[in-house]
Amino acid sequence: MSESMPGSAPEVFAPHEAPVSPPQASEEVEFVQLLTPEGERVEHPDYSFDLDDEAIKGFYRDMTLVRRIDTEATALQRQGELGLWASLLGQEAAQVGSARSLNSKDMVFPTYREHGVAWCQGVDPLRLLGLFRGVDQGGWDPKDNNFHLYTIVIGAQTLHATGYAMGQQRDHAIGDAENGECTIAYFGDGASSQGDVNEAFIWASVFNAPVVFFCQNNQWAISEPIDRQTRIPLYQRAAGFGFPGIRVDGNDVLATYAVTQQATKRAREGSGPTLVEAYTYRMGAHTTSDDPTKYRLSEDLEHWKLKDPIQRVRAYLTRSAGVDQDFFGEVDAEADKIAAELRAGCLSLPNPELTDFFQHVYVEETPQLAEQREQFAAYAASFEGEG
Amino acid sequence: MTKITLGKGINAGLRAAMEADPKVVVMGEDIGKLGGVFRVTEGLQKDFGEDRVIDTPLAESGIIGTAVGLALRGYRPVCEIQFDGFVFPAYDQIISQVAKMHYRSMGRIKMPVVIRIPYGGGIGAVEHHSESPETLFAHVPGLKVVSCGDPVDAYWMIQQAIASDDPVIFFEPKRRYHEKAELDESVPPALPLHQAKVVRSGTDATLFCYGPMVKTCVQAAEAAAEDGRQLEVVDLRTISPLDLATIFASVRKTRRAVVVHEAPYTLGPGSEIAARVTEECFYHLEAPVLRVTGYDTPYPPSRMEEEYLPDLDRVLDGVDRVMEY
Repeated sequence: MSESMPGSAPEVFAPHEAPVSPPQASEEVEFVQLLTPEGERVEHPDYSFDLDDEAIKGFYRDMTLVRRIDTEATALQRQGELGLWASLLGQEAAQVGSARSLNSKDMVFPTYREHGVAWCQGVDPLRLLGLFRGVDQGGWDPKDNNFHLYTIVIGAQTLHATGYAMGQQRDHAIGDAENGECTIAYFGDGASSQGDVNEAFIWASVFNAPVVFFCQNNQWAISEPIDRQTRIPLYQRAAGFGFPGIRVDGNDVLATYAVTQQATKRAREGSGPTLVEAYTYRMGAHTTSDDPTKYRLSEDLEHWKLKDPIQRVRAYLTRSAGVDQDFFGEVDAEADKIAAELRAGCLSLPNPELTDFFQHVYVEETPQLAEQREQFAAYAASFEGEG
Repeated sequence: MTKITLGKGINAGLRAAMEADPKVVVMGEDIGKLGGVFRVTEGLQKDFGEDRVIDTPLAESGIIGTAVGLALRGYRPVCEIQFDGFVFPAYDQIISQVAKMHYRSMGRIKMPVVIRIPYGGGIGAVEHHSESPETLFAHVPGLKVVSCGDPVDAYWMIQQAIASDDPVIFFEPKRRYHEKAELDESVPPALPLHQAKVVRSGTDATLFCYGPMVKTCVQAAEAAAEDGRQLEVVDLRTISPLDLATIFASVRKTRRAVVVHEAPYTLGPGSEIAARVTEECFYHLEAPVLRVTGYDTPYPPSRMEEEYLPDLDRVLDGVDRVMEY
């Protein structure tokens, strides 16, 4: 029986009431930050960045190169060379900071936007283009770089990551923060509404799986703002599942590195999952097929440009680390070179052979499929010699 | 030789596969201490431990999604879906992930995942516990779909499914779990996984069936024999791919065919068999291929399931009709 007095209003949200809004662009958000948008190093009681300025220069290089790769891919789409591209613009720090905290044996499960993570894992950027050009559906071997194929069904990969982590657990590959293994699952704020993501949280929790859930909250799921996905900060959801959640400034590569490093250490030593919410902003469209002017204000974008993940590192390196202009010029030149190679590589990606789409449906092909392939090949051959 | 039931056959097959390969793990709801609601996994957790016989949280997409991850790590997961009607929360993971991973990775990733589903009606169950959704999987490129019809096949087919590098949906005829047969484990399996079996030879017409309908069709053939009709009974065993060679050979011999399944009539496995037999055996046929199946309704309340399900009389009625031509 309810203790409430007769006639007292039940404590539920009426649909017409405004939800507890997530912070607006102009408001302060509580998160772990170690480098301000102005490029000033700041301290945090629980997280510290323990690498030197050389490492920060490396992060700057990574972020600049992946942004250039991304820009080139967008241009290739605009010129009709790719069918689609999902830009990572604005999320370079979240991706590079988290990926650079991984060890060589850790396993990555990306969405379709993790070009920066792919770069850090050593995946040839050209391999990413095959999916978007339509010549393949994932042109790399996940085992080569511990980087799984891009997953387009939203959130599905979080369960794969959790299962993989359960495998690491069963292989006794954890228990040591330095030499152990862990898995990291990337997903977005929209995915946090998916059943699969919530099931992954439950599985990881009850099995204490060595997995880090890395949510890039870029504020937008195509046209839907974050307040259509949640009434509470996403990182707080972890508490309900029984593991820690932490929010980090996703545009701060140092903080993202430090926070993810602690989460991966925790996983590798056998202490279970962590949810990291990287608070960032999708500065571009959802994909090249999207038109964000229909649903969001340009002033929001202007506001977030002031928090640019790359500019703040450049400001720090220039003002506080004494890095001269030659370094930045070299990185820019390298970026242009990589972009030119990417463009040339894209244009020369071989088209699939006529009957390639019959390949690899099964490990052991069925007689029916073999028959269909032969029929198709004979049909196609019947046109040979025709104008 | 030991006398085993169909359920125990699967249990013994799982045990043999787990003993042979430490990468085989079994996962699902209530499969540990309880041994599954049908006791098919009874005793496995006690002998192989909780890391290999995993009682999962109650979420089917999670079962299949984590099995994908385990397979990527080199394991061979055998997932139990508790009942046919409960597989649909996992449908996305099965269709979009399990079935396509080998294809989209251009052969780099294998998905040796077995998904066991007790299916079919005839046990007086409440709704969602008696369905036959095999077509919904057989239509999907990348999946293989089989069903065992007797205890000896149950024992061998589950092991062959686990050994398969392709994902296999393994349909278990739940109302036949208690059927008994003699099993000699030392005699290797007579057939590979994707081959049909002629369980009764005949000359007048062929009954094509699988899973729970095998027993029904054998009984129908016995009854028909008393009336002087010699029916051939083919246990298809494999629904995707169909063993067309055995199907065509039987039709060319008997010239008449009736396909029997519990699944609904329209676009069921019988539709594909009828189409392929028409394409390949047109000049051998004396009659169109007929189908005796469940109806195009949701599975009915159990007090009506005897009317819904093909039984001996409906199979013989189908035989009468196919013999009229």
